[in-house]
Amino acid sequence: MINSLFLISHSGDIFLEKHWKSVISRSVCDYFLEAKEKAGDPENVAPVLQTPHHYLISIYRGKLFFLSVTQTEVPPLFVIEFLHRVADTFQDYFGDCSEVVIKENTVTVYELLEEMLDNGFPLATESNVLKEMIRPPTILRSVVNTLTGGSNVGGTLPTGQLSNVPWRRAGVKYTNNEAYFDVIEEIDAILDKSGTTVFAEIQGVVEACVKLTGMPDLTLSFMNPRLLDDVSFHPCVRFKRWESERVLSFIPPDGNFRLMSYHVSSQNLVAIPVYVKQNISFLETGSCGRLDITIGPKQTMGKSVENLTVTIPMPKSVLSVNLTATQGTYTFDLTTKVVLWDVGKLNPQKLPNLRGSISIQTGSPKPEENPSINIGLQIQQLAISGLKVSRLDMYGEKYKPFKGVKYVTKAGKFQVRT
Amino acid sequence: MTDSKYFTTTKKGEIFELKAELNSDKKEKKKEAVKKVIASMTVGKDVSALFPDVVNCMQTDNLELKKLVYLYLMNYAKSQPDMAIMAVNTFVKDCEDPNPLIRALAVRTMGCIRVDKITEYLCEPLRKCLKDEDPYVRKTAAVCVAKLHDINAQLVEDQGFLDTLKDLISDSNPMVVANAVAALSEIAESHPNSNLLDLNPQTINKLLTALNECTEWGQIFILDCLANYTPRDDRESQSICERVTPRLSHANSAVVLSAVKVLMKFMEMLPKDLDYYGTLLKKLAPPLVTLLSAEPELQYVALRNINLIVQRRPEILKHEMKVFFVKYNDPIYVKLEKLDIMIRLASQANIAQVLAELKEYATEVDVDFVRKAVRAIGRCAIKVEQSAERCVSTLLDLIQTKVNYVVQEAIVVIKDIFRKYPNKYESVIATLCENLDSLDEPEARAAMIWIVGEYAERIDNADELLESFLEGFHDESTQVQLQLLTAIVKLFLKKPTETQELVQQVLSLATQDSDNPDLRDRGYIYWRLLSTDPVAAKEVVLAEKPLISEETDLIEPTLLEELICHIGTLASVYHKPPSAFVEGSRGVQHKRLPGSAGSGESVESPDTGSAAGVSDAPPAVIPSQGDLLGDLLNLDLTPPATTGPPPPATSGMQLGAMDLLGGGLDSLLGGDLGGSSAMGAGFGAPPAAPAASFSAPVSGGLDDLFDLGGGVGMPMGAYSPPKTVWLPAMKGKGLEISGTFARRAGVIQMEMTLTNKAMSVMTDFAIQFNRNSFGLAPAGPLQVLTPLSPNQSIEVTLPLNTVGPVMKMDPLNNLQVAVKNNIDVFYFSCQYPISMLFVEDGKMERQVFLATWKDISNDNEAQFQIKDCHLSSDAASNKLQGSNIFTIAKRTVDGQDMLYQSTKLSNGIWVLAELRVQTGNPTFTVSLAQQTVWSNHCSDCAANY
Repeated sequence: MINSLFLISHSGDIFLEKHWKSVISRSVCDYFLEAKEKAGDPENVAPVLQTPHHYLISIYRGKLFFLSVTQTEVPPLFVIEFLHRVADTFQDYFGDCSEVVIKENTVTVYELLEEMLDNGFPLATESNVLKEMIRPPTILRSVVNTLTGGSNVGGTLPTGQLSNVPWRRAGVKYTNNEAYFDVIEEIDAILDKSGTTVFAEIQGVVEACVKLTGMPDLTLSFMNPRLLDDVSFHPCVRFKRWESERVLSFIPPDGNFRLMSYHVSSQNLVAIPVYVKQNISFLETGSCGRLDITIGPKQTMGKSVENLTVTIPMPKSVLSVNLTATQGTYTFDLTTKVVLWDVGKLNPQKLPNLRGSISIQTGSPKPEENPSINIGLQIQQLAISGLKVSRLDMYGEKYKPFKGVKYVTKAGKFQVRT
Repeated sequence: MTDSKYFTTTKKGEIFELKAELNSDKKEKKKEAVKKVIASMTVGKDVSALFPDVVNCMQTDNLELKKLVYLYLMNYAKSQPDMAIMAVNTFVKDCEDPNPLIRALAVRTMGCIRVDKITEYLCEPLRKCLKDEDPYVRKTAAVCVAKLHDINAQLVEDQGFLDTLKDLISDSNPMVVANAVAALSEIAESHPNSNLLDLNPQTINKLLTALNECTEWGQIFILDCLANYTPRDDRESQSICERVTPRLSHANSAVVLSAVKVLMKFMEMLPKDLDYYGTLLKKLAPPLVTLLSAEPELQYVALRNINLIVQRRPEILKHEMKVFFVKYNDPIYVKLEKLDIMIRLASQANIAQVLAELKEYATEVDVDFVRKAVRAIGRCAIKVEQSAERCVSTLLDLIQTKVNYVVQEAIVVIKDIFRKYPNKYESVIATLCENLDSLDEPEARAAMIWIVGEYAERIDNADELLESFLEGFHDESTQVQLQLLTAIVKLFLKKPTETQELVQQVLSLATQDSDNPDLRDRGYIYWRLLSTDPVAAKEVVLAEKPLISEETDLIEPTLLEELICHIGTLASVYHKPPSAFVEGSRGVQHKRLPGSAGSGESVESPDTGSAAGVSDAPPAVIPSQGDLLGDLLNLDLTPPATTGPPPPATSGMQLGAMDLLGGGLDSLLGGDLGGSSAMGAGFGAPPAAPAASFSAPVSGGLDDLFDLGGGVGMPMGAYSPPKTVWLPAMKGKGLEISGTFARRAGVIQMEMTLTNKAMSVMTDFAIQFNRNSFGLAPAGPLQVLTPLSPNQSIEVTLPLNTVGPVMKMDPLNNLQVAVKNNIDVFYFSCQYPISMLFVEDGKMERQVFLATWKDISNDNEAQFQIKDCHLSSDAASNKLQGSNIFTIAKRTVDGQDMLYQSTKLSNGIWVLAELRVQTGNPTFTVSLAQQTVWSNHCSDCAANY
């Protein structure tokens, strides 16, 4: 199982280590640092590395490497999932998962790591169980603690760990009982030069914010559950009910959680909300090129497209660009060579256009690669797959909760090839 | 208020200051001090000097302070064992605390203190905690047993903790069950033969119940444990599958992949015609696709596993090509894996899409990725014949870009395409030649030289081109040098008049000025060949090359089966068996997939724990690169897709080769070291019996080689059963016929003894066969020339052919015969050994073997054991070869020899076999696979050996 964890900054500085079994010298990280050096971009470091005596399994989150060391055969996915869970917990506790924040809260971090793993076996990874044992730092509490000499560590038994619903703590009380669900869909798509869809799929999640008193038992049903053939659920969802009735029946965790994620891949169901007319060309001679991009609405189901952005990573030999945007503003980052055009809201009457010239380092040859155009956008009140929640019922408690459902469609990895 | 303040004290007397604070009377100050100590510890500073002071703070009611001190203790107890003893009493006391949280914390911390003296004191509290009324304490104690085992295994066994742990599998609380399973699995890893996880249907049922209720991590442990179980029959297998399937929808990808492992393994036992089998196949695809939308690290592990799954069961993902399309911002390690799987899934149906994508990738920024994409285009051309033309034109387009590395990769793959489709695309050679100067990588240069040499007759200035390479001969890499040598010899054989000078030049460069023994040896061989017998040289060097196979980089079937059992583990990421790399796992169990339904019981691979299991399982068993012989026959540029053994040589060449070896090579053999004797072996033996180069000791010298070489036409003692009485005299009105079948010199013969036990002379013999399974028929009339007098016997040999009418018989090898004489017509039936139908060219090429083995469905596989066979694997291999069962490859795993064999029946059906021979164990295990469903019958005959 997991022997040790090292936290390494993206510059290669090891700033925290934790061992659950015998201590492993941090020199083991040298193998990793070597691989990192070779990979160049930190995102390209292979997640599983083999050294003569250990295996190094790492993830890259928030400009930090979480590097775990194991000595025996262990499922790598298990380790990677766990590492992501550690990062999620830090995010949850400290609002951010960065070197600065972790250094500021080392002792809490250390206590958390100790509770999350015992002898390399996961112990408590549910956020509400952890919060019962180690309270997250808040300004108010630290003031109170200094005044009263209280501590961050709870003295109660983490009952949640043993109950049949480990994700929910007992005795929850609210004055306003509310349950909100956000259906968020992201379109991952690749469009080719001519605008035809090479590949498109929808990654959807249902995020929930449930603040209900007691032990409510909820049932969420959809108008068109047949859309969902590939789903993964929060452990609280009763799979049998889903299999037989296509409804989500569950006792919710307290607070924010991801109820389910799903995946719609059949081409015909994936509507592409915008089209992109583009022409990026480099001249054979004269070290310059032209750029002309127009964006228009395609299948938006009558909703307006907002927060439209266009990102184009230019070839390394590009020196500068001289463009005019009919709407919004554009920037060109000289070091990363990325053109970022912030369009804003898409106006179907007057289509936004960005055009102008590109200048290339004199003497360097015509760039070989074609830059790809990445689109960012957001459509409120629309789930592009057509998924709709029909109703939410509550059993087990007597009060009437406030209920709400929100839909949002975003562009995920949405790219247009040129 | 944050913890960063604990880092600010970097002044000189830091330790001293902390010491003072730790001994302060104020609780709050103490706690702050301990926090500072912990903070220093986390960043790797040595604060062990404060050990006694920190331990003093342990006796406290404050839970947080207690936890902090425990944290410190775990880190430093090892370096201060004597001081750590001081803490023991507190631990023991805490284990009795009324608060279960404290009991659990104490037992947990004690287990983490890796000091022998402390562990002795741990036993009693641990025993109590394992039986604690509170499940939280029990589950913590279960893990503690694993910790203790890691420190002192003997102690754990002596104290009987393992049995207590086994009892916990039946605990009422699912979390306790999960932790007990996790602890036992970890202990079992270092105890391969202990049979700790003794799985029976009852425990399986308990595990399946706990599976639904425990945490995600517990589910992973339980699923991994389930995967080690072998269900009794297909019904049990199905019911386990049904209960595991809901896990495929879990949000935790490790749970999903562990569930996939269980399903992939147990699916083997389900009959294919079962509805549920199809349902299960369909259910597997979506979760695998979903894994690909997770974080890149998870994607990587998932892709490595999908690579295995696609090889084992391509049908699962065959419609999901698009999810493997590469996104611009995927990390490079994900891109490369996706590309691999795209090629595996490429088929005629989707090739257009794939090609369009690959062409797109070839213009990307990342050099490694572009190279692999270009290679992938070539692999598509080889795999899907219909696409070859489009692939070639795509490659030509890419060559026109003149991007150096793209051109080089393109040339390397075009060479493979030439090999696969000879005389089809040679028109592009001119374009290739234009780029000769820009090639700077050895592989591309070698490929180009191969093309020039191979098509020398079509390239007008081939001699000039090759000469240009010759100038810097000694600066080239070995690969290029060898290729240049071969290419020039080829050129010389094709255009002898103009290139004599050139060939002499290269031969002298290779033999006289080179230090490289391979190059020198090859130079000498060519030289001899050319000077002794140019005709033979032509036949050797310009021999027709075997076709290269379609699939590449396939994992060898046994290894693949083992890896499927290890889905989701490190082994599946490295595509190596765990025994090849996991440290300290001396007796790693080799896992095998259970046999499919209907093929009898599955055979657990015996594992007698060879101590050196790490090194003797070579990961790449069947080398994809040609061997030495392949080199000589100018196959050394063998692409990854090559096939090993060369085509059957003509007798002319055979003679030439023998002359050459006899006449001239002994001087060479005397002069050179081992290298050339191996060369001789490679040269003499393989055309006739390539298997010999694997198993036969080469040291014997030339005579041995000739023996092996001579074996081609005359089977060495093909098996022939003794004669039996087919027609007793009682039924034959005095005529008794006994007989047998044999295969001699490639001809099937029926050998009969006719005895006249009647009182009168018999004449006018004739014979006829009824229709039979393999179309056996007499090739000529029954030759009984003289009349058969009473009490006289005659031996008759009847040659048979297999062109007669076919009808399936039962048993398959039944033959109904009618014999006529002047008295009457007699009918009898007899059974012939299938082995006589094995034809001489039944040696399958290795790559083809791999691909075929994979293609054959489980229904056509059978497995059984041969008892009491006291032969070594080599002897068995030789013996089988006498009966035209050819050994394709051999590998050794943990003292077991695995022979991969092929044979071909006279009606063109191939039978593939895997023979496991364990040294010293007279029982052989044979797995047979066949393209049709007759394997059982064949197995009978194989058993005769």
